[in-house]
Amino acid sequence: MNLSLFEVVGPVMIGPSSSHTAGAARLGRAARLIAAKPFTKVQFGLHGSFAKTGKGHGTYQALLAGTLGLKEDDERLRNAFVLAEQQQVTWQFEEIELADVHENTARIRFFHTDGTESEIEGSSIGGGRIEITRIDGAAAGFSAEAPTLLITQRDVKGVVSEISKALAEQNINIGIMRVSRLTRGHQATTVIETDSPIPLSVKEKLEKVENILSVRIIDLSE
Amino acid sequence: MYTNIRQLVECAQEMPLHEVILLAEQQLTGADRQQVMQAFEHRWQVMQASAHRALETPQNMVGNLISGQAKTQYHYSKNGGFLGGDTNAMMAMAFSSSEVNAGMGRICAAPTAGACGILPAVLLTAKQRLDASEQTVLQGLIVASGIGAVITKNATVSGAEGGCQAECGVAAAMAAAAAVYMAGGTAQMCADACAIALMNCMGLICDPIAGLVQLPCSFRNASQSVNALASADMALAGQSSVIPADEVIESMYRVGKKLPMEFRETALGGIATSPTGKAIANRLYNK
Repeated sequence: MNLSLFEVVGPVMIGPSSSHTAGAARLGRAARLIAAKPFTKVQFGLHGSFAKTGKGHGTYQALLAGTLGLKEDDERLRNAFVLAEQQQVTWQFEEIELADVHENTARIRFFHTDGTESEIEGSSIGGGRIEITRIDGAAAGFSAEAPTLLITQRDVKGVVSEISKALAEQNINIGIMRVSRLTRGHQATTVIETDSPIPLSVKEKLEKVENILSVRIIDLSE
Repeated sequence: MYTNIRQLVECAQEMPLHEVILLAEQQLTGADRQQVMQAFEHRWQVMQASAHRALETPQNMVGNLISGQAKTQYHYSKNGGFLGGDTNAMMAMAFSSSEVNAGMGRICAAPTAGACGILPAVLLTAKQRLDASEQTVLQGLIVASGIGAVITKNATVSGAEGGCQAECGVAAAMAAAAAVYMAGGTAQMCADACAIALMNCMGLICDPIAGLVQLPCSFRNASQSVNALASADMALAGQSSVIPADEVIESMYRVGKKLPMEFRETALGGIATSPTGKAIANRLYNK
């Protein structure tokens, strides 16, 4: 069996819906970790059942709370709007229609303090589990169940071996690794799911590697 | 080791069913036995708390559609009723977790939040009826989780994907297997109980009034708890499910896939669109 028992009995969470509340909170938190920069505004596009029934499930509060860094069992979740105001973050929700995605899908756009924007799309696929489907328009496809390294790099030879070398040196085993790119020779994205937590030293080390543009750690267990 | 119920039951020829499941978890996650048991104990604490919290104290929630249901059923249970005091108290506990969940309180999803009342209520009732130890309850919880993991892997536990049968139905199937195991039933009986419980609610749609996880969810938590123990009793009596559990699970998945979108957590069908259901939604959203 390749599914943990605690994805079935669990999560321990704030109600009312594992897909619409806990999953939404996790999605928001994963998006925050992927965007990885301070922001002043966050915009949520809700698709399908998220759009139709989100309001009554606390999906709005959960998504927003997640982007503020709250976990799915944090009782402050219901006060997300107040917390956002306190942190001087504005928010906006809208209904969108996406093709060929899960019923519970959100597109989260961050407006960063440095003037840039990030867009993360993901689905809550049931029982609180999520799937990150797109990052800044490019297909992603990871669950963030395991500690995940998200690396963007120039699409040139040798970068991938530098990455695996850095991980091996820290005795971190790679569970799943996927390299993808939009166009040849430009920018590529590497997603690595590991078997153990990723220390910050690995991130720092990778950031110094030539041709690596950004390194982010997405660990929802922390 | 196993990817379906048949294989799980086969593995249980070699060692107790809960050991098979525990070992698979350890192999998958690399956690040791103590870590896994601690995680289960934490969940069991959260479950018990949610099952008891609303028995005397109605919870507040958006619209308050189910506030006080646990207390009402709990007080009634003291008179026995048709199903007896224990079964009525079990329904009260299922209502309690449903209330806590709707009130944005802390619960343990099993397998989902909408269905979080079933497993705690059944485990607590089985514990009392069997005068079972804490250890036996945890073993039951492990078996429920193992069964649930197979169903999650091979079908779905999302109401948006498979309707209520995938949430409360699967919770009942998990709880039925747990109750059988706690009573000393065989692994095959656990599989039969799981299959029977799922058959009993195949096609059950998800039609939440006003899109809230309140009605009919709380009634379904209460009634699927009864389904769980009824299915457990049938399996323990020696009834075969005839259709193997894996085929029932696959059937449930196919039925779920064929359910129109209106019946999958969108609040666009079933009692959600009954005149009264719509009136409640209008009242809540001031439309």
